[in-house]
Amino acid sequence: MRIRAEHLNYTYNPGTEFAVQALKDVSLTIEEGEFFGVVGHTGSGKSTFIQHLNGLILQPSAQKKYKPKKPKKGAPVPPPSLLHVGDFDLLDKKTDFRALRAKVGMVFQYPEHQLFAETVFDDVAFGLKNFAKEPLKGETVERAVKDALETVGLDYAAIKDRSPFDLSGGQKRRVAIAGVIVTRPEVLVLDEPAAGLDPLGKRELMSLLHRLHADWCKTVVFVSHDMDEVAQNCSRVAVFADGGVKYTLTPRELFSRFGDLEELGLELPAAAKVARLLHEKGIDIESDCTPDGFADAAAAYLSSLRKETPAQPRDGEGGQA
Amino acid sequence: MRAISFEHVCFSYGGEEGAFSLNDICLTVEEGEFVAVLGQNGSGKSTLARLCNGLLSPHSGRIVVMGTDASGSAADIFEIRKNVGVVFQNPDNQTVASIVEDDVAFGPENIGLPREEIGRRIDFALRAVGMEDYRRATPARLSGGQKQRIAIAGVLAVMPKILILDESTAMLDPRGRREVMDVIRRLNRENGMTVLLITHFMEEALLADRAFVMHRGEIVMRGTPREIFSRADELETYSLSLPAAGQISRKLQQKGFPVATCLQPEELAKEIERCASGQNI
Repeated sequence: MRIRAEHLNYTYNPGTEFAVQALKDVSLTIEEGEFFGVVGHTGSGKSTFIQHLNGLILQPSAQKKYKPKKPKKGAPVPPPSLLHVGDFDLLDKKTDFRALRAKVGMVFQYPEHQLFAETVFDDVAFGLKNFAKEPLKGETVERAVKDALETVGLDYAAIKDRSPFDLSGGQKRRVAIAGVIVTRPEVLVLDEPAAGLDPLGKRELMSLLHRLHADWCKTVVFVSHDMDEVAQNCSRVAVFADGGVKYTLTPRELFSRFGDLEELGLELPAAAKVARLLHEKGIDIESDCTPDGFADAAAAYLSSLRKETPAQPRDGEGGQA
Repeated sequence: MRAISFEHVCFSYGGEEGAFSLNDICLTVEEGEFVAVLGQNGSGKSTLARLCNGLLSPHSGRIVVMGTDASGSAADIFEIRKNVGVVFQNPDNQTVASIVEDDVAFGPENIGLPREEIGRRIDFALRAVGMEDYRRATPARLSGGQKQRIAIAGVLAVMPKILILDESTAMLDPRGRREVMDVIRRLNRENGMTVLLITHFMEEALLADRAFVMHRGEIVMRGTPREIFSRADELETYSLSLPAAGQISRKLQQKGFPVATCLQPEELAKEIERCASGQNI
């Protein structure tokens, strides 16, 4: 499902003194099949945006009580907003938001805080039963729950009857994610899925997302503060700032804009920091800003210098000392 | 004076076999030192922190904190808790009041200080974390980094000798993390606060004088952060990795370039520049 937003605005507490405009004229298209990153400082509007994607935040026009207002005469007409996720029109109150939510899975920050059931099995089965149009057969539920738990790398037989609260932090998070993917959503939206995990836990979580993406979850959208994670995982990145989308770029393009990123209060990946410092010294090493990519690019650069010295053979490999 | 000493300390939660327990831990932290504790989830880092202020007591071995035995009487434990402040991971779980100054006052009130002294402590603590302008603010309206600084202020108001941070920056964004680390570093350098920093961020560990690596309830590596990060292969067996700049410099070494193992971007940039200038190729 393609995600398409145009001229999207959103204000919290409109018409009161607490009114805050969280989204300002956001236009962004995420194609089906992307592994898409969303970055931005706290309060930049990224969470407000992603909560739109499964209708947790509804635009005024999508709310039941909405009645279109007649535009005032002579008032400037704002450009028409649009928000489509696949065939769902999220600005239309007639849209079946329940059906949308079964297709767009949402994993919140620290999803383990939302575990609630007495057993892991019941917790994971909840979403499945909740979205089903008619009561599901026991074996159907069992198959889906088993599949979801195994997908996140947990041993079904060993864990299904345990209390989710007795598990370790990493296991809890996997159970929480299993509870979302059990409905096999076509789009998976995650808010800082790796936050608070140790380095191994982070790597395992990202490889789980890639596995899902390769298997059946066509589109993955994830919010992250960790720029190294973004550099290593995303096909494209949207940078939110002050309620709008500042850039939509590949990580490679994005991290070549060092100055802009720091102005937006974002960290650079370590490789980009090194690249910037070298740039100031007149050395330009362009890479995707992953540690491996940068090391390769730096090696290529250093060997190109070596090739220019006459003592070395012209086709010398970079690997020689 | 020795701030913390563990002699052959063993502890088990008595649950699953081997999980979340400590085995024969010996360590010392001197007063004024900044020590980092690294290790993956479940390696026993947080258990270590909880033993330091008597939230847990060891099954065997001896823990002495600022000269007081942690397995002693209730009065001793009370003394230890005055000396050891702990800041945890989630800032939202550590707020007790709806106004910042009330929140910071909680600790000093709890140890029965007179009113004027409490006022002075609030001033001192909020200034120490750079939040003096937020005295009358509502914690719920602050950013994560600000909330965590308030949590640190709440601990400082009791004027502990030792500050333990148990993954206190894990839930913060990069800016918040930097704010908190700046405060911690200043408290250590300028006020001589002993700091025990438990973290997953390898970059944070670089700020410490010494570091321990824990694995399955044991201390498996000890040394300066630099010494520990120079043993990258060993670190990987404990599921830890070098900071990104270190990974890059190792890759370059493997490709045969004579760069030193660097831990920070600044160092690595200098090394690459030095290589490029041709003297070392």
